[in-house]
Amino acid sequence: MSDLNKLTIAEARDALRRGETTAVELTNACLSAIEGSSALGAFVHNTPDLALARAEAADQRIKSGDAPALCGIPIGIKDLFCTEGVESQAASKILSGFRPEYESTVSAQLRDAGAVMLGKLNMDEFAMGSSNETSVYGPAVNPWRAKGSDQNLTPGGSSGGSAAAVAADLCLGATGTDTGGSIRQPAAFTGTVGLKPTYGRCSRWGIVAFASSLDQAGPMTKTVRDAAIMGAAMMGHDPKDSTSANLPVPDFEALLTGDIRGKTIGIPREYRVDGMPEEIEKLWADGAAMLKDAGAELRDISLPHTKYALPAYYVIAPAEASSNLARYDGVRFGYRAELSQGDGITELYEKTRAEGFGAEVKRRIMIGTYVLSAGFYDAYYNRARRVRSLIKRDFDEVFAAGVDAILTPATPSAAFELGKEVADPVEMYLNDVFTVTVNLAGLPGVALPTGLSSAGLPLGLQLIGRPFEEGDLLNTAYALETAAGFVAKPNKWW
Amino acid sequence: MSIDTDTAARVAKLARIKVDPAELPSLASEFNAILGFIEQLSELDVSDVEPMTSVTPQRLKARVDEVTDGNQQSKVLSNAPDAREGFFAVPKVVE
Repeated sequence: MSDLNKLTIAEARDALRRGETTAVELTNACLSAIEGSSALGAFVHNTPDLALARAEAADQRIKSGDAPALCGIPIGIKDLFCTEGVESQAASKILSGFRPEYESTVSAQLRDAGAVMLGKLNMDEFAMGSSNETSVYGPAVNPWRAKGSDQNLTPGGSSGGSAAAVAADLCLGATGTDTGGSIRQPAAFTGTVGLKPTYGRCSRWGIVAFASSLDQAGPMTKTVRDAAIMGAAMMGHDPKDSTSANLPVPDFEALLTGDIRGKTIGIPREYRVDGMPEEIEKLWADGAAMLKDAGAELRDISLPHTKYALPAYYVIAPAEASSNLARYDGVRFGYRAELSQGDGITELYEKTRAEGFGAEVKRRIMIGTYVLSAGFYDAYYNRARRVRSLIKRDFDEVFAAGVDAILTPATPSAAFELGKEVADPVEMYLNDVFTVTVNLAGLPGVALPTGLSSAGLPLGLQLIGRPFEEGDLLNTAYALETAAGFVAKPNKWW
Repeated sequence: MSIDTDTAARVAKLARIKVDPAELPSLASEFNAILGFIEQLSELDVSDVEPMTSVTPQRLKARVDEVTDGNQQSKVLSNAPDAREGFFAVPKVVE
């Protein structure tokens, strides 16, 4: 077989089980693709020896007949996940040299299922960003380029390396994390599928924390079927995460019938934002028409507090980040600043954090510190938490009225040029306008490609589901994927 | 609501991030841009709404209060920038 790295997870699994290829061959195909991909900046810590050792073990397991779906499948792991003995830096200078003594629950579940880790993937520093430009490694680059242009585009963020790696066939799937849109926005920018599960589905244990009440890990893959396979392997109850849901994880792949007759799809009027490009409007209308043709009923719905989601997010997420990132103090792990004669413990903290964190991370820590400080806690933090209750109530009411899933655009635009938006933090925050509500309400959301922009760049739609009903959500996404028939791939320039 | 350079300096101090005094004006203006964006929240009447404490309807789980782990001193210290004699080492804290 040729081009093994271009297979989907489902195709590779079936080929492995039929004995048509081996995990070692698959892994070698991906390792060669990674070797030629430095221009994409996707992989930042490569683990080829570990990968080949795991691939050999996977081949043994497949031979013995004990092979879970992911056994022998080469994947990439976002740098936010702690991986035992392998650099885990959250793309930050402050964690330089950090090699965890433990493995995150999600990456351990993938490892135990036989998945082959190829290395660690680029991201925005501490997952704070929408363009992968806040990374200490430098930005990951989108494998897609506009027609007739050689301008580098962002793969989105924060899971930009994961999205670029999957879109460029460097791996068959990758882990991402999503606090405000960090799986779904990069998926939309790269023509890949990204699933953010319900809050509590994936254990957060061993994943570097950004905003603990919003963070969720999820799969980034080439197809909805692959998201079902890889997602199921990542989810499940974990006593080490007190917010982990003690619920069984269904066989999502078995639920992919493509039959959505009788389902009700909500179209929220508040997502028709000012200045939305016409091609995004059309993509959305086309997607709705496809679901209708497949037998679903469309319903206009209202989520009245949508416009307050981003401002509430930019109180809650920085507040939680300021607390979570207090642990980076130069004492227990990572970077420590050089001290001057007479410097004490306070200078150790202040210099280490000033030198170790990048500008956006420092900005968010300080905003979080401010909104939590005496006199402002009620005005900002508690008010934002009240608004969050209203945003969740909007969704609760719509689902109680019989809506099965909600269809929205995934992003307000196609992938933009690197360097274009980095100067204005608030402008950058608007990238998450369609995705952030889902985190605030703790719901599952999936982004999938359904069309190309006039410049030939992928565009994605988002489906939002009921809590803990990822199976039904993925089935609706599967129906939309089938109807849209998106097959375009980026032309290799790297 | 406007943040001046004194407030910016105080926030930086609380966050234990050293900021060069020359950078305080631009930091204050960045804070003001972001807080201006957040200010929209005051349009809403939220007086009868409870602040969200948990996004999923579950109680935080408690486990039995017993020792389940330990004896991992070398692993705990393995990533420290400066570890000596089984401890994390820092500049003198107490005179």
